[in-house]
Amino acid sequence: MTGGWQPAEQAGRVGAALLDVSGLRVTYRGRPPVRAVDGVELTVAAGQVVGLVGESGCGKSTVARAICGLVKREAGTVTFDGTPVTTLGLRRRPAELTRIQMVFQDPYASLHPRRAIGVQIGDGVRAAMARGATSSAPSVWLERVGLDPAAASRYPHEFSGGQRQRIAIARSLAARPDLLIGDEPISALDASTQAVVAALMRDLAVESGAGLLFISHDLSVVRLIADRLVVMYRGRIVESGAAEDIWRDPQHPYTQALLAAVPVPDGSGRMPAPPADDAEYPLQAVLR
Amino acid sequence: MTRDHATETVLEIAGLTVGIGRTEILRGVNLSLKAGRIQGLAGESGSGKTMTGLAVMGLLPSGSRVTGSITYGDLELVGLSARRRNALRGTAMAMVFQDPSTSLHPMLSVSAQLTDHLRHHLGISRGAARDRAVELLDTVRIPDPAGALRRYPHQFSGGQRQRIAIAIALACSPRILIADEPTTALDVTVQAGVLHLLRDLASEMGLAVLLVTHDLGVMSAVADRVAVMRHGEVVENGERHQVFTAPAHPYTASLLASLPGAAGGVQSLDDVRALEGL
Repeated sequence: MTGGWQPAEQAGRVGAALLDVSGLRVTYRGRPPVRAVDGVELTVAAGQVVGLVGESGCGKSTVARAICGLVKREAGTVTFDGTPVTTLGLRRRPAELTRIQMVFQDPYASLHPRRAIGVQIGDGVRAAMARGATSSAPSVWLERVGLDPAAASRYPHEFSGGQRQRIAIARSLAARPDLLIGDEPISALDASTQAVVAALMRDLAVESGAGLLFISHDLSVVRLIADRLVVMYRGRIVESGAAEDIWRDPQHPYTQALLAAVPVPDGSGRMPAPPADDAEYPLQAVLR
Repeated sequence: MTRDHATETVLEIAGLTVGIGRTEILRGVNLSLKAGRIQGLAGESGSGKTMTGLAVMGLLPSGSRVTGSITYGDLELVGLSARRRNALRGTAMAMVFQDPSTSLHPMLSVSAQLTDHLRHHLGISRGAARDRAVELLDTVRIPDPAGALRRYPHQFSGGQRQRIAIAIALACSPRILIADEPTTALDVTVQAGVLHLLRDLASEMGLAVLLVTHDLGVMSAVADRVAVMRHGEVVENGERHQVFTAPAHPYTASLLASLPGAAGGVQSLDDVRALEGL
């Protein structure tokens, strides 16, 4: 273990497609079976931040889980740095795949309540070292996410929700990921800390040369941190493009409805526009 | 907004202090709810917003020490007997909670949850209760209200479930509706519809609404007045536009500064980084 911060091995390769998801289809068993994801194409380059947005049930979390191999794919491929990602089974995940790390929605559930946070961040450090990568001491990671490095011996319950999410981020980063996935990592946090935690994730990922796939239903925060936006609706991607372009000028009717429904905290009393109850949007994608 | 002068105060909270164990969770809260108006109550988690709502409902945890006053008309609610308090719940004041999938009983049809409630409180016949239930579901814009009565909560979407929960709350024509994060569990497109409904209920039925939410976007859309809570105290309470554009309290200003889209809020990644530096 070395102290201090070193850029990841691939930091120089910004721009190369690190993650390539092609024709991804996931169906959950049941009666009737639910096709949660249907033909999703997605790439994330090293050093790039991709925001994946959509409403509950649109399949965005399933995409994240399929990328990590946590759910079984029905069709399609997930390629990470040139090698296919296998579905996680009973065996331990190949060490190479700890280069993909995930930050989950609820830091109350994702941190072990009875293990000191330094020990849990140490799990990440060990994951990095197991594949021959270098990492830093847990206290260094705590400092990087804006927490007191002396707090390593404390337990999750001693921290607020926002601080816990920072700890979860520190644990993921300690594994020195090349791809960081955040599955609604800010939605359980107070509004005043959401933008700050999102920006922190972005900056730490990009600094280390990693790609970030940031999943959220909160468009107003995502557009601040994402280079590209991908909008999902009913298991499909309906629009993708540069984040600012989509925010300023959405092309797909669903994206337009989604943006119009976001209430703006400007004190104007302007009501967000509700779409018709039976609104159906075309599944034809607008890609730019 | 001149109708402000004509609106009647339905509920007055003055110097409300609530202690549980050794902690004071509310400290001298003052608020008044007026007919036809939506009073917003904002703040971060743990600031005492929900406790204020529960205090109005008389649903504070047992063993809470309550001082100060909550007056409904001429009636002082603090210290009122449990029996009399119970009679007011539903008829004078009702509450809608965050998550409609837990506030509705999953194994009872909508009819059972709505008409039983009506018959219990109003003592009306089965047929009259049914007619009233249909009318209520229509008020909250549930499509095919008669057919909806036979269905179960899982057969409705999240937004429809919250509308049904609102219909149940409105069943006995309360004058006060306490809506505690009513749209937090909903998607934004669904949220927009529920917000319109709340707005219409206040203006058309003269309902006094206490809207508890941490979402200042929601607040900005529907609240007439906005109170901001922190550590059990109301640090600011004023007209919506004034609170959002010229906050009087530094805490309100700091909340707004962290929000994308607010006046003075973060507009770019650099703004957010500057916040973090503070």
